[in-house]
Amino acid sequence: MGRYVLRRLLQLIPVFIGSTFLIYALVWALPGDPFAGKCGQRACPQAYVDMMTAKYNLDDSLIVQYFKYLGNLLSGDFGETFSGNAIGEMIADAAPITVRLAVIAVVIEAIIGIGAGILTALRGKGFLDNLVLLSTLFLISLPVFVTGIVAQLLLAGEWGIINPSVSADATVGELMVPGFVLGSLSMAYIARLSRASISENRRADFVRTAIAKGQPNRRVVGVHLLRASVIPVITFLGTDLGALMGGAIVTEGVFNINGLGGLVFRGIQQKDGATVTGIVVLLVIVYLLMSLVVDLMYAVLDPRIRYD
Amino acid sequence: MTDPNAATEFSQVGESSPAQNPADGPHKPRSLWGDAWRELRRRPLFILSAVIIVLVVVIALAPDLFSSRDAGFSDLNRANESPSADAWFGYDNQGYDVYARTIHGTRASLLVGVFATLLTVLIGSLIGIVAGYYGRWVDSLLSRFGDIFAGLPFVLGAIVILTTFNAPDSNPSEFRIIAQVVGSIAVLTWPVAMRIMRSATLVAKQLDYVKAARGLGASTARIVFRHLLPNTVAPVLVYATIALGAAIGAEATLAYLGIGIRSPVVSWGVEISDARDYFQNVPHMLLFPAGFVTVTVLAFVMLGDAVRQALDPKAR
Repeated sequence: MGRYVLRRLLQLIPVFIGSTFLIYALVWALPGDPFAGKCGQRACPQAYVDMMTAKYNLDDSLIVQYFKYLGNLLSGDFGETFSGNAIGEMIADAAPITVRLAVIAVVIEAIIGIGAGILTALRGKGFLDNLVLLSTLFLISLPVFVTGIVAQLLLAGEWGIINPSVSADATVGELMVPGFVLGSLSMAYIARLSRASISENRRADFVRTAIAKGQPNRRVVGVHLLRASVIPVITFLGTDLGALMGGAIVTEGVFNINGLGGLVFRGIQQKDGATVTGIVVLLVIVYLLMSLVVDLMYAVLDPRIRYD
Repeated sequence: MTDPNAATEFSQVGESSPAQNPADGPHKPRSLWGDAWRELRRRPLFILSAVIIVLVVVIALAPDLFSSRDAGFSDLNRANESPSADAWFGYDNQGYDVYARTIHGTRASLLVGVFATLLTVLIGSLIGIVAGYYGRWVDSLLSRFGDIFAGLPFVLGAIVILTTFNAPDSNPSEFRIIAQVVGSIAVLTWPVAMRIMRSATLVAKQLDYVKAARGLGASTARIVFRHLLPNTVAPVLVYATIALGAAIGAEATLAYLGIGIRSPVVSWGVEISDARDYFQNVPHMLLFPAGFVTVTVLAFVMLGDAVRQALDPKAR
């Protein structure tokens, strides 16, 4: 197990460097003068240009620049924006909101998705099964921004149940509807995944044994069947948490949430390379670590899997 | 978007489909695809999705059959008017007829979907089959290379790519606008197709007839094209159907963020992008093109789902 973890961690390094270099190169290789429009209507003073060139190592080649940036990053320094705000602080303000939103989305999709999966798998073919199948297909086809806008138009505009935009605090109550919107796509996948997993395990030997032992039905389903069936679902939820943080940009835009998505979008529009690279690097790390954790969780949850 | 998650589902198809033995029956043996076709014809969801797709393709090929006005038709006096018998989907804030623009936008949206999927599947399958066939360090190298692109969040990666190539004052041609969106979708999603192809190749490579072909001295190209490809193409095709829908949805999402396709091209995404500052007061401007996107994506997802089930012997 220890050796497996080590090997996986070593494999993460080239992937991490590749992804972050790709973003770094795209952001900093932008055609045009990096100082265009940075100082209002006039050209930037030479002193400012010199200072910023030195700060971002703009005179070095792209690869040297990148590794100097990575060195700073690893010592915890995210750098500053062109206007001198510490990016680390901006991320520290925005990240908790995005994490909260992603966690709420994962919790909602887990409850509804697994619930629908259990219900349809145990009932078998019928009206309910078809209903869930159709609604999952529908959810998969609905682009997130459409779900968001329709929810906003109806819940906030027509019925006045929620506020159209989330306040700066972004409390859990306010994030419920955005969380539902963000998680709606994965909810459909989870419903189908848990349905497939449960209906496969229902015919497994260990379930038949449990029934033959005379276990009450509740225990057969609740303990024997569910525990084995939930493994692929939990691993999906794990990777999804990482993916949702990067994918929250649209939902955050629709509901005016001040999270990482909004920050990175503004960074791109203002051509503020340091902010964009900083956040994307962070999101890539989260995503890669989540997929590692998920792989390791397989071994913990399923005793049949051994990493040696 | 939808793609990364779908990978796990389809890899199973690849593992199970080559294993079935169609020669068991007493009659003339049917191929995997023959079986699937018999199965499909009886499914209402398949028929429904096929009808929708044919309709959308006809609209894309001959938009004038469906709308007498062309996409540029504009009557500023009637701006923001609600749907009526004259203009079924109403007018937008520029006085454009939303119905006419939606009908004429079908072609660009469908083109983006088709080309993005083609590119994704071609790059992904090529790399996947090479990785799966050669194995060892080639496999590790190519798989890690794919992980680099898979690790980037889709929307974020697409925003960075598209802003990099859309220099502020440039005035790109229609072809370039579409090619950029197609390219960025393909660059960020090919690892999914690669993983599906790779796992299908890993299974097919171990089968006896492949070993026999190699023993008889068949060249690598012959083994790959004559023996491996026909048996690995099913899961990739299923993925491609669903990816086509996902790409159309992605085009709309990028347009909603204001970085996708833009005028002079007319597409569903462009309409959505035009509507994003006005939809609070003029919802029909956004809801009709978004509805077209959703129904088209739904048709492709349903088709892919039906084909996947029909190809999976375990599901019967």
